[in-house]
Amino acid sequence: MTTSLPVLPFADIGRDDVHSAGGKGASLGELLRAGIRVPDGFVVTTAAFQQVALHLTVRAEPIAERVKALDPDDPGALAAETALIRAAVESAPLPPSVVEAITAHYERLCAEAGRRDLPVAVRSSATSEDSAEASFAGLQDTYLWVSGGGSVVEHVRRCWASLYSVESVTYRRRRGIPETDLAMAVVVQQMVGARSSGVMFTRSPLTGDRSVIAIDAGWGLGSAVVGGDVTPDSFVVSKVTGEIVRRTVSTKTRWHQPDPSGHGIVETDVPAQLRDVPALGDEEIAELVAIGRRVEAHYGCPQDIEWAVSRTAPPGENVFLLQSRPETVWAKKDAARTAPAAAPAARAFDHVFTVLGKRSPGS
Amino acid sequence: MSQPAGERSFPLPSQIADVPGAEGWEALYPYFTRFQPEDDQRFWFYNSMHFPEVVPAFDGITSEIPYTAIGANTARLFAFPTTMGIEYRILNGRVYITANPVLDEAKQAERLAHFQERAGYYYANWDRLYEGWQQRIEALIAEIEAVEVPQLDELDDLEVVTGSRGYATNHLVRENFHRCIDLYSKMWHHHTEFLMLGYGAYVVFFGFCRQAFPEIGDQAVARMVAGMDVTMYRPDDELKKLAALAVELDLADLFVEGNEPAKVLSAVGERGDAGERWLAALEEAKDPWFNVSVGDGFYHHHLSWADDLTVPFAALPRYVEQIRAGEDLTRPTERLAAERERIAEEYRALLGGDDERAAFDQMLGLCRQVFPYIESHKFYCEHWFTTRFFQKIRAFGRLLADRGVLAEAEDVFHLRHVEAEDALVDVMLAWASGGTELGARHWQPIVAERKRIVEALAGWSPPPALGPVPEALNDPAVQMLWGVTDETVQTWLGGDELEENVVRGYAAAPGVVEGTARVLSNVNEIGQIREGEILVCPVTAPSWGPVFGKIAAAVSDIGGTMSHAAIVAREYGMPAVVGTGQATARIKTGDRLHVDGDRGIVTILG
Repeated sequence: MTTSLPVLPFADIGRDDVHSAGGKGASLGELLRAGIRVPDGFVVTTAAFQQVALHLTVRAEPIAERVKALDPDDPGALAAETALIRAAVESAPLPPSVVEAITAHYERLCAEAGRRDLPVAVRSSATSEDSAEASFAGLQDTYLWVSGGGSVVEHVRRCWASLYSVESVTYRRRRGIPETDLAMAVVVQQMVGARSSGVMFTRSPLTGDRSVIAIDAGWGLGSAVVGGDVTPDSFVVSKVTGEIVRRTVSTKTRWHQPDPSGHGIVETDVPAQLRDVPALGDEEIAELVAIGRRVEAHYGCPQDIEWAVSRTAPPGENVFLLQSRPETVWAKKDAARTAPAAAPAARAFDHVFTVLGKRSPGS
Repeated sequence: MSQPAGERSFPLPSQIADVPGAEGWEALYPYFTRFQPEDDQRFWFYNSMHFPEVVPAFDGITSEIPYTAIGANTARLFAFPTTMGIEYRILNGRVYITANPVLDEAKQAERLAHFQERAGYYYANWDRLYEGWQQRIEALIAEIEAVEVPQLDELDDLEVVTGSRGYATNHLVRENFHRCIDLYSKMWHHHTEFLMLGYGAYVVFFGFCRQAFPEIGDQAVARMVAGMDVTMYRPDDELKKLAALAVELDLADLFVEGNEPAKVLSAVGERGDAGERWLAALEEAKDPWFNVSVGDGFYHHHLSWADDLTVPFAALPRYVEQIRAGEDLTRPTERLAAERERIAEEYRALLGGDDERAAFDQMLGLCRQVFPYIESHKFYCEHWFTTRFFQKIRAFGRLLADRGVLAEAEDVFHLRHVEAEDALVDVMLAWASGGTELGARHWQPIVAERKRIVEALAGWSPPPALGPVPEALNDPAVQMLWGVTDETVQTWLGGDELEENVVRGYAAAPGVVEGTARVLSNVNEIGQIREGEILVCPVTAPSWGPVFGKIAAAVSDIGGTMSHAAIVAREYGMPAVVGTGQATARIKTGDRLHVDGDRGIVTILG
């Protein structure tokens, strides 16, 4: 589905809306529709981006043309040109309809949360006609703890501009991804005041085992775990029995917290008395596992999930999903696999002969 | 952390020092149980699972005969390709064992051909053969029950003459004693008849699950296999029924913690019809279900419930209380069965394709077919038969005491079985000749000396293993029953490098608890356990079932995830860490423990 609306609330988005909402935005809408607890928010659509970027010129030349002309192996030129383009995207006048739509939806979020200047995350949700959204992962910016309508608009523009970072442009030029099909949606989502957060794979990232869910958890905001600033606690839970088959509680020295100024985040030391305490209780682990299984079943394939446990929400309602995407590493290995791990034998006990009759290790 | 296997060694048998006050302990056991100089080259581990205590002289038979039987089945009857039997040695009264691997490839191939033919016959006809086994073992039990311990009166019975039997009763002293030993030997051959084949099937299924689901928990595999209607639970179920009957008959007030069985019984007897009905139900439950040892049936002094009602009567007050509170104590077999199917079905669904699913179905099906034997043979062999066996030997001890050879009946257990036979011949001769037994002067000082030695040896802490780290541990029984794998050996090796307050073992049953330790080195101390304590013991025998209702967690020195303790702990939903190698040596009663059954870690908090 395509839309000309500059902004869509999560509730109006589903998995078919990747074109207008980007992969992340479509996934969040889809999760919300599936009844998963996701912090509410909205997506500034690709239509809004195109409305701005398509008309944008630098030195009277459309920016798409200027990017196309860039040589990915000329870092000096790339740096100079992308700086120009980013500045242009960040400062170009916006159509009032876009600004109004963003601020109106932000105000709606504030009203629903019963809070003025509600802190939100502003994340890029890139899309392209001919490439998987996953291939853009990590190239564009994410801003946490943004508050106030004006600031949200400003950070949406920074997200757009990050599509013209040196890394993004180099990536596209190297892969020959056409600039004309380029679009970016931006997700604006209520921040969860996270007591703990982390990631969850609905199969083992170590062995690919599909019967377990692996959870990494740290204190505070998820950026500390995702960014690798902390060695998280690690829990491996059987999908089938619910048993925690491995539990490693790490010493968690650093955490990310909202900046006391109300804007952005700060990284500080974890108080000594919390460092060696598990960042998740067993009930929260069970809740995460239940959510992970639902999401996996909903999409029909193993998922790579970001989550947070709210500091303020009551137990039972405090676990939130921030993002879910298909796991790709083991999926590729599965696809490449040819021989089954075992095949049926003529008689069941022939398996015993095969295994007990094999050469002893060390001989 | 750890050096590679092969470069490190446990203490060598020849390096183990004598225990002060226990000099001459070797005389308690046959010459072939002693460590030889060349045994220093081999890996041995302490079988504290079956022999958690010093072995008295007579009880040496519980190594001698089982290992002649298990080895015969593994090595000579079924010809397992990569393993022969288990050898054992006794050191300072403790039993060390090792499995003899077959390392020569040509030999392995030759044995595999025989194994396929022989094991294949058993697997292919399993149900029919197992049914035959049950008949054979019940016949053996009937035979041992029927063995008479002769009474030697002034004159033999007239019927011996009028029936022209042709031999006097003193002849039967030796014949019937022999009969007990022979039946015990035969029982052990039958005990191990299906055992290794059963473990073989399980090892194969377990290995497949590990390959398909590299991070699957041991207990998840066990739960797909475990049977629902396990004979070993029956004694405890009978106790629960007796508790329910006590409530129904309004006798509940008589079952109070700490009351002695004799007092309870006499109080019940005074309650008229209701009391009589309960006592009748007790008698009915006792045979065969109270023929269950408080240990694993490897020591004469691990009395059965039938011999000593202390253990069952210690459990009754709690069951009575639970039934009065309206709790349903029956095992939820339907729910467990449904759960077993669900777990198997979900793992099955996660497999990569139809071929894998078909293989999974075959392996699981075979496991479930062989498991009733694995789970139930214990009751028939270690408990029912063995209870009867020790009762008979005790009766021969009574004969020896009555004839003045021994000071008391129990002293017979301080003689090796061949020595006991000597003492009985002394009686046979004296009775026949009208002379006097000469054994009092000979045996009584020996018994006194051996009692002293056993006591001195009890204070010794045996190392978990001896000798060099082995290249391969590929015996199915060693892996599945004792839980001794390359991993365990590394854990034992690393023992001295770990933090002082941490004991590591196998995660046998999930959950995390904190509590106070109760260290029991001997099951006869079982009465000391208090509600909510953490049991720390060399090995948790299955017949401790009732105690599992009381404790918060179980920690043992030895055992694998399929050892019965682990199964019972999972059944009771309590954390268990088994196969630690050294929990009883490092933990003291009263220590505060943090038991992590998910990870297999016990932390001593102080």
